[in-house]
Amino acid sequence: MPQFLKMFRSSTTAGTPALAPSQERVPRRSTGFQEFTKVLQAREGLNVLDLGPTSPTNIHYLTSLGHKIYNVDVLLSSMDPALLRPGEDGAAIVDVERFFAENLVFRGEQFDAVLLWSVADYLPESLVKPLVERIHSVMQPGGMLLGFFHTKDAGPQAPYHRYHIAGADTLELQQVPRFRLQRVFNNRHIENLFQNFKSLKFFLARDHTREVLVVR
Amino acid sequence: MWKARPDEKSPGSAAPAPSTTNTTTTMPTTTVVSAGNTAAPTAPAAPRSNFAPQRPGENFRAEVAHIGKSVLIKGELSGSEDLYLDGEVEGSVDLKQHSLTVGPHGRIRANIRAREVIVHGKVDGNITGDEKVELKKSAVLTGDITTQRIMIEDGAFFKGAIDLLKEGKSQSGEHRRELSFNAAAGSNS
Repeated sequence: MPQFLKMFRSSTTAGTPALAPSQERVPRRSTGFQEFTKVLQAREGLNVLDLGPTSPTNIHYLTSLGHKIYNVDVLLSSMDPALLRPGEDGAAIVDVERFFAENLVFRGEQFDAVLLWSVADYLPESLVKPLVERIHSVMQPGGMLLGFFHTKDAGPQAPYHRYHIAGADTLELQQVPRFRLQRVFNNRHIENLFQNFKSLKFFLARDHTREVLVVR
Repeated sequence: MWKARPDEKSPGSAAPAPSTTNTTTTMPTTTVVSAGNTAAPTAPAAPRSNFAPQRPGENFRAEVAHIGKSVLIKGELSGSEDLYLDGEVEGSVDLKQHSLTVGPHGRIRANIRAREVIVHGKVDGNITGDEKVELKKSAVLTGDITTQRIMIEDGAFFKGAIDLLKEGKSQSGEHRRELSFNAAAGSNS
């Protein structure tokens, strides 16, 4: 596994309150999502996997295009106390084997599109690569994934966001205070992470974020 | 069959005597006016019996059946009336053409089938709502949803798949997909 740049050694803030869904949403244009939308609008009946927090807006948008949507909040699932076990240093870590035995298990479903959002930046280290491998195994050849990765300029306090689809090229960002940035991937790390995929396309956004389109 | 007793009173019954045929009255000794006989009962002021049979087509809107939060059911739960379920169920729930509301204390570990399903509590299982499925903000659903229309409030937790069925053919002959979202979800957009 490639050594990702670990700038910020921190964990999720245990004991903090759950999602605060009433927080303000900030609109943001997204070139990556604009490209991604072309796939969504090309035809009906796609299988779409959303790995972010449950968003009624996204469900509405995707189902109204005639797609079947699967929603798995990977980050929240990784905090399930039942999936934790003591690590070598005594600190609780996620039982990777058990996590993937209980999550992202699809009965033969193959996905045409995957919304990873910025989950990889906040996920425990041990889950990142297995997650990408699992995604690879459940995606159709030619399927497209959209991921957001912070640049180092974003800083260690870069908040985790729920991404709500507000239009073909616009997202709304809603802060989720529960999670902290775990690491920053540079371009090389991202390429290594998705090395089994066919192609990657980067879009650098103004808010210290790389939008990455990955084709299986 | 529904012979009324002469001394029978209908508590709280203010319903007027029906003016249609084939009715049951509380007339002493006389019980049923046969079909085709449009004559009113000889005592028009007589109150209608509380034990009058319910006939098909009459709008007897029964109250929703209620299962309280202290109730635990293991097995197959089926019925032909609307149900409010605030307890625990393990097994399956099948209400066919009726609606199911899972209350905030409801804990369901079962596959659910109903015409309309509204979830406030926790469901671990697949939901088939022939017409509509609604997840309120306190809902926690782990399972797949199959329905024609879905409403999800912001704050609801959902883990699974959503498969929206196309409704029956519309007047134009086209399949129509109708989606609706409630105000809570839309207001944050």
